[in-house]
Amino acid sequence: MSLKRMICATTALTICAAAAQAQETTITIATVNNGDMIRMQSMTDAFTEAHPDIALEWVTLEENILRERVTTDIATQGGQYDVLTIGTYEVPIWAKQQWLVPLEDMGDDYDVDDLLPAVRDALSVDGTLYAAPFYGESAMVMYRTDLAEAAGVTIPDSPTWTDIKAAAEAMTDKDNEVYGICLRGKPGWGENMAFLTAMANSYGARWFDMDWNPQFESEEWKAALTDYLDLMTNYGPPGASSNGFNENLSLFQQGKCGMWIDATVAASFVTDPENSTVADQVGFAQFPNKEGVDNHGNWLWAWSLAIPASSQKQDAAKDFIAWATSKGYTELVAEKDGWRAAPPGTRTSLYENADYQAEAPFAEMTLTSMQAANTQKSSVQDIPYTGGQFVAIPEFQGIGTAVGQQFSAALAGQSSAEDALAAAQSNVTREMTRAGYIK
Amino acid sequence: MARAVSRNTKIGWTIAAWFVALLIFFPILYTIITSLKTEQEAISGFNLIPSFSLSSYETVQSQNNYWRPFTNSVVISVGSTVLALIVAIPAAWAMAFSPTKRTKDILMWMLSTKMMPAVAVLVPIYLIFLKTGLMDTRIGLVIILMLMNLPIVVWMLYTYFREIPGEILEAARMDGASLRDEILYVLTPMAIPGIASTLLLNIILAWNEAFWTIQLTTTNAAPLSAFIASFSSPQGLFWAKLSAASTMAIAPILILGWFSQKQLVRGLTFGAVK
Repeated sequence: MSLKRMICATTALTICAAAAQAQETTITIATVNNGDMIRMQSMTDAFTEAHPDIALEWVTLEENILRERVTTDIATQGGQYDVLTIGTYEVPIWAKQQWLVPLEDMGDDYDVDDLLPAVRDALSVDGTLYAAPFYGESAMVMYRTDLAEAAGVTIPDSPTWTDIKAAAEAMTDKDNEVYGICLRGKPGWGENMAFLTAMANSYGARWFDMDWNPQFESEEWKAALTDYLDLMTNYGPPGASSNGFNENLSLFQQGKCGMWIDATVAASFVTDPENSTVADQVGFAQFPNKEGVDNHGNWLWAWSLAIPASSQKQDAAKDFIAWATSKGYTELVAEKDGWRAAPPGTRTSLYENADYQAEAPFAEMTLTSMQAANTQKSSVQDIPYTGGQFVAIPEFQGIGTAVGQQFSAALAGQSSAEDALAAAQSNVTREMTRAGYIK
Repeated sequence: MARAVSRNTKIGWTIAAWFVALLIFFPILYTIITSLKTEQEAISGFNLIPSFSLSSYETVQSQNNYWRPFTNSVVISVGSTVLALIVAIPAAWAMAFSPTKRTKDILMWMLSTKMMPAVAVLVPIYLIFLKTGLMDTRIGLVIILMLMNLPIVVWMLYTYFREIPGEILEAARMDGASLRDEILYVLTPMAIPGIASTLLLNIILAWNEAFWTIQLTTTNAAPLSAFIASFSSPQGLFWAKLSAASTMAIAPILILGWFSQKQLVRGLTFGAVK
């Protein structure tokens, strides 16, 4: 072959390669560093094999940074991201602002009716789905079966707060660094206020009345906060006011908690023999309620995938979302890492799968908890808002964190329950008046 | 007797200095130790002896290729520093050797720009980056970090230049040196220690910057600050992996600081003792 021919052939090949490159659509996916998300990232090859014309770029960020970045990008119509990982708090608010693309027509084999109804409702506005759930969670009691047995207490499948208090008292052995109960105390709308809002719901309390007046001075809130502080002061670990999800997870895995009431997703961590010292001694029960109040907290969260309205590659983004939240993806994960690793809490079919039930001891209680969660009416009283362990209004991040700081200070012994509630009441009244809710 | 007392005092001070140094370095040391543990060891309380497992490093590398953010960090920190020096040396020269009545005010004004929280100008900067195509590019970050560190660079260089007698520059001028020659061949060589420490400090500041580098990048220009941020998890304990990512991110700058510490100390104490 002459030099001339070789040059021609090389040029032709380069042009072909460049043309192939040009046809490829690259979508950028913003996500958080949770175990299930990282697994999804490792499945990139499986997606690109099925969709050779779409390439994936991942941006993994810390949850709060992600929220900040994505909000800035959407507000300025930046179009930096094509797929966003957001939760049940953002979806209804952002959808109403028309920041998200409606997810209609996800393909014939997507089976949208298989999505758990509670999750589907939480991600829909006026019946239209705006984000597809990747994994979902509610909250439940995780307890040490060996400690309960040794202390001679039984925790029913659906306990009341009185049962929890009795069990916490019986299991506490402070000399051996075993604390009857571990709960969130770190201030933040997604930290202690997620738990305390759910607990208040289960006491019959509500954040606001129908005229958006805060209700912190009600008997229900008083009872909930007083019992929380009693439980934590008498049977909780030291320094609980700085404990969030991760700190309590660490304490439970080290065998220092008799009970831990938190997100259902924690169940897969505490039963993982590689990371937990108490993996085969964990029992599960539903989120407690107060006697006479038919409410188990209504905690519901789903990390979901959505397309921002500013994306220029909405079709490719939809293809990716349909793949990542499909039944086929769940099967792919099960094939690779076992059924225990399947993303939980999104599809009814997963909980009907015998293999999953056999491998995941927490499956049944997770499903019960998720089915019991009603985010459209989280309190037994009349309320003007939606949301379970949060209030789905844009102001909640600010007021939730401010109230969380008051309650965390009370837990640290810096103020009483009454003072913390009074401070919360005046703070939230001021903010809601300023925001125009209270006329 | 007097000698013994002074030796004891010396030993005492040495121990105190080592203690303080260890105290300051301890968080970094413990991060390195944690990175060599397994996840279970990492969460099981305080322990200074790891099992020297490298699995966290392997996982970090397989999850997120280290070399891309590393290259970005090098380009951004070195680029922004060089650009800042090119702008700051003439500026500091003018202020040090041809001061006017307003020089002090200008210096104070420059410093005052550092007093505003960066987030206050996030939206305008973000929009400028979007419109000019600088979003998620190295050149964009080089410019923004140069602007961010410029007041400090000018201040530092101004302080060093003031220590240099103006007569030397006058002598050069009498020998026929042009302004360019004066700055390049007389001033700069004399201020090398000061310029070197400014350069090193600015590289460290740019390397550690974690607001703009995260806000203005997605994938192409994301440096090591974004690399670390990607390993922080709201649900799940990945302390060993996070420590491994942190160690990988700080290692280059730590090594650079180690090798250049003499220069750094000399520059920072330049003119301190008269």
